[in-house]
Amino acid sequence: MTGRWARRAPAYALLLLCAVLLMFPLYVLVVDGLHPIDEFLNDPPPSLWPSDPQWENFFPKGGAGGSGSSLSRYLVNSLIVSVVITIGQLATSATAAYAFAFLRFPGRNVLFMVFLGTMMVPLEVAIIPNFQTIQWLGWTDTYQGLVAPFLATGFGTFLLRQHFLTIPAELRDAAEMDGYGHFRFLVFIVLPLAGGALATLGIFAFLQAWNQYLWPLLVTNDPEMRTVQIGIATDATQNLNKINVAFASTFLAFLPMLVLVIGFQRFLVRGLFGGSVKG
Amino acid sequence: MTAATERPRSWNAALPKPVRQSLTALPFLLPSLILFGVFVFYPLIKSVYLGFFISNAFHTKQIYVGFDQYREVLGSSEFRKNLVVTSTFALYTVLPSIVIGTFLAIIANQKLPGIVVFRTIFSSTLAASVAIASVTFLVLLHPSIGVLNEVLGWFGVSPKLWLSDGGWGQQQGSTWTLVGAWFTNPNWALISVSLATIWMNVGLFTIIILAGLQTVPDDLYESARIDGAGRWAQFWHVTLPMLSPMLFFATIVGSIFSFQAFGQIRILTQGGPVDSSRTLLYSIYTEGFENFRIGAASVEAIALFLILVILTTLLFRLTAGRVFYGGERT
Repeated sequence: MTGRWARRAPAYALLLLCAVLLMFPLYVLVVDGLHPIDEFLNDPPPSLWPSDPQWENFFPKGGAGGSGSSLSRYLVNSLIVSVVITIGQLATSATAAYAFAFLRFPGRNVLFMVFLGTMMVPLEVAIIPNFQTIQWLGWTDTYQGLVAPFLATGFGTFLLRQHFLTIPAELRDAAEMDGYGHFRFLVFIVLPLAGGALATLGIFAFLQAWNQYLWPLLVTNDPEMRTVQIGIATDATQNLNKINVAFASTFLAFLPMLVLVIGFQRFLVRGLFGGSVKG
Repeated sequence: MTAATERPRSWNAALPKPVRQSLTALPFLLPSLILFGVFVFYPLIKSVYLGFFISNAFHTKQIYVGFDQYREVLGSSEFRKNLVVTSTFALYTVLPSIVIGTFLAIIANQKLPGIVVFRTIFSSTLAASVAIASVTFLVLLHPSIGVLNEVLGWFGVSPKLWLSDGGWGQQQGSTWTLVGAWFTNPNWALISVSLATIWMNVGLFTIIILAGLQTVPDDLYESARIDGAGRWAQFWHVTLPMLSPMLFFATIVGSIFSFQAFGQIRILTQGGPVDSSRTLLYSIYTEGFENFRIGAASVEAIALFLILVILTTLLFRLTAGRVFYGGERT
């Protein structure tokens, strides 16, 4: 028994070393978040051990940037934006995927290619005209401005269509006999059968929406409308006097995503390969 | 057909079949189509159009210049340098991310008790957004409060001016001076931005490559062992060939990411010093939203679009056989 563990020791040592190296930046982030502010102002760089931990840095009352907005406000904004984008993508992708998988109509294949083609035009390419559109609509500093460009996706339509195609067409015929229209068939028969694919798309949409940086930076000026990404980046780069609180907030903002990614990893893997690998 | 199964004739029964089919499909497609029209296709056409105009000094009037602006922007030495910086950034991020990701995936693929814990740790940086990764690297690289120089000092490595030394990126002059300096004068600002990006990528790449490793059948290793192949030979002759589609996939995905990178540059270096970390997308942002040269920014956006079309086409090609036409309903 001991022999077996001795043989395994080098493997574990290597794994542990890699884990430590990979997690070192996060460790420093947490330690910096625990330091009192004079660690940064008086004799930098701050030490690598929290000799005088300030736990209240992780539970700040005011905003880290002194702008009056707090981490909780940023988090609420991000949550609203991400939930709306996720629901929107699920709805538009499910209906479009249904048409491509179950309906026959002229130009179907061409239109599907057009949907796939949208994947070649990421937001980054279109920021200027899209910003002008949002400005023209008067949607800067609003939730609609933050979510509107992301409510439909070619990727989502593609992913769900792949899954819908595995549902036998005979099911549609049977449902039609029972007097189900297309919409009722989609909602009550198809969607419950496509739970895994919906979860995959949902987690992708949520993660992407939550982690966005460029678009929220462009369409929000009001600190009250900032998402958490913009909030923590602003707080960490603009005000050295509260930088410890900013680092603590950054770690707090990381935690929910960490839980989500660990919890839903198998759906993520499936989605990465367009549903072709069962993760 | 008996009366019992006959469905009531709907209002559109008199219409020709293709029209009727289209009318059925339209409500399902319309939400996506409207959104794509407004936020994908219209902006693309508008960008091409905006590229034909320059604004006067006070931004009060748009002057039509046709393709002159395209020629001027795409032929400029700034644009060439942006491309060199962007390609270097892709190289700095993709290659290390894949090597580290492959290494971590291989050691996390061993059959050991508790290996799941390590798999989770190795893939956890996937959860980090660009803002979180950038702030996390600020605690390491910041000119006064960063701790990395101190840690490297323990190992006898001399301190670097991480975010404030642009190396070759700060050089002016011909492309040849730039190429010469590329090898001799490291661009620490771009390396800093790359470090944060690699850290962020490693989680995703480990997951991708781990998924690839798990598709390699055990008996391949078995027969390699019988043929007397050692660990290294098994890696070269079994693992790597079996993994190559996954590695190619990761290379393209990573390249696409690097051309879309923005937050890490904005947070860590703001494109500086002296434009040494100014990538194509960062240039679009500063031209469009800081210098208000909408036309020039639009020309650069079209260039970025064309680069991404090439990369995405490669990605589609790669996955085509397996994914795109698989399971067509007949």
